[in-house]
Amino acid sequence: MFRWDVVWHFLFQDPNLLFLNAAWVTLWLSVVSQTCGVILGLFLALMRTSRFPVLSWFARGYIWFFRGSPLLVQVLLLWDGLPKIFPSLLLPDFACILVAFSLNEGAYMSEIIRAAITSVDAGQMEAAKSLGMRYPLAMRRIVLPQAARVIVPPLGNEFNNMLKTTSIASVIGLQELTGSAEIYGSQAFVIFELLIVATFYYLVLTTLWGYIQSWIENRLDPDRLTTKIDLGDKKSFTERLVGFGGSRTGGTLVSGR
Amino acid sequence: MSNEYANPRNCQQCGAQIALQESFCGSCGAPYNQSSLMERTRLVSPKTNGNGVEMVRAEKIVKRFGSLTVLYGIDLSVKRGQVVVIIGPSGSGKTTLLRCINHLEKIDDGRIYIEGQLIGYREQNGRLVEDSEANIARIRAQIGFVFQRFNLFPHMTALENVIEAPIHVLHQSRAAVTERAMVLLDKVGLVEKAHVYPHKLSGGQQQRVAIARALAMNPKLMLFDEATSALDPELVGEVLKVMRQLAEEGMTMVVVTHEMGFAREVADHVIFMDKAVIVEQGSPEQIFDNPENERTRIFLGTIL
Repeated sequence: MFRWDVVWHFLFQDPNLLFLNAAWVTLWLSVVSQTCGVILGLFLALMRTSRFPVLSWFARGYIWFFRGSPLLVQVLLLWDGLPKIFPSLLLPDFACILVAFSLNEGAYMSEIIRAAITSVDAGQMEAAKSLGMRYPLAMRRIVLPQAARVIVPPLGNEFNNMLKTTSIASVIGLQELTGSAEIYGSQAFVIFELLIVATFYYLVLTTLWGYIQSWIENRLDPDRLTTKIDLGDKKSFTERLVGFGGSRTGGTLVSGR
Repeated sequence: MSNEYANPRNCQQCGAQIALQESFCGSCGAPYNQSSLMERTRLVSPKTNGNGVEMVRAEKIVKRFGSLTVLYGIDLSVKRGQVVVIIGPSGSGKTTLLRCINHLEKIDDGRIYIEGQLIGYREQNGRLVEDSEANIARIRAQIGFVFQRFNLFPHMTALENVIEAPIHVLHQSRAAVTERAMVLLDKVGLVEKAHVYPHKLSGGQQQRVAIARALAMNPKLMLFDEATSALDPELVGEVLKVMRQLAEEGMTMVVVTHEMGFAREVADHVIFMDKAVIVEQGSPEQIFDNPENERTRIFLGTIL
């Protein structure tokens, strides 16, 4: 018999806040993995576009491996396989998950970032060079700020995915949302009830992220900047709410024409 | 850092120093007249001596794109203070030649010297090897380049475009650079657009910002790559006016252009290129009034 009272209890009446804590684990696993993935992806993208063949081929090989094999397999290899070959590589469970997720996400982010860098007009790099800028400075000050606008929508997609992909951590026994549902559910034979609770929390997290993402995209929208200038000093609702921003900061990522 | 642009702002009434952002004198209250400062300020620092010294020297440049030869044995010499204008039909290689001068394009053979210094390559056991990025960047920082498509940085205001390289490449102080940038923007007639983003500017305005951006590096040499070709006809004049003023102030310039009136009026030396080679060169009078070569005559006949 399906026990709605259990669902109700874990959603609203749980004194131990079991699933709220699990949601927190899911959230920080996602945020840390995604952040590391973005940083790693940036370096991989720069290597991939490098004029040095060694770097470029390393990046290609990396991306080929991590996009070509399942994340679950990568997690298990890192958790169980590698320590059998190199005993010193026995990592704590959380570290295993974070490393595997970051390495995997880095491969996907690098392709997104590479596409964004390529989308910036080649004239921008030439203009920077003609002013005496060297490659790293030109990348940091001229190309990447313009690429950022192109990166944000797929990055949002990736993070949404990451929030749910963390459920793979349950396989090695971590108590994030899915793991908690399985572990506590199997003790009391209420797995499905608890999976519904977990689903509820996943939906809360992804919905919140959806709002944050559209807010970021809205801030980077050049048309919004145009209306802002015309409106002069009037502050938008979000600016009043969050307390910063203005045409100056709003415009830094805006693309031309 | 040379301070020729950033004249100290002194009150015209009592002589007291006036802060950059002030438009009234702090001690006597007299209004500060911007334009008088601007009229005293030149775009280019005066070149009192050294005219006639060779600024650019190209020897037997060969450039190929795949099997297509775009430059074939080009020799070029530009002396300090000289304005050299390169004309010729599309695809004749003039833009490529200009881009080779600051090494935006690699060359397949020949040598280019800027003030006697090889650009892009260094000699190693009698062979040419591509130079380090740092060395190339150092020479490029002394050469202004103005693009056909402006290539302003769209995520920065006009002023930020101008101050970007002096701050991050020459490591000059933001205050000094900003002051000089405002003078330059005023000179190109855009001081009121200083805080506007490029996409809100017309083509002519964008190109003038691009010229100010190049000048902010205090270059020895300015290269103009069809600077007016992407502009609506009514906007060409404002850009040519700035270029003409630069030439009058003694800037060394290499100009690729289709504006024959401008070439005739401003150039010290005109080069006509066709099919990867220099067909004819000489004074503007010689090229425009008495072209010797048949190809020059045909080209000028179709364009004038």
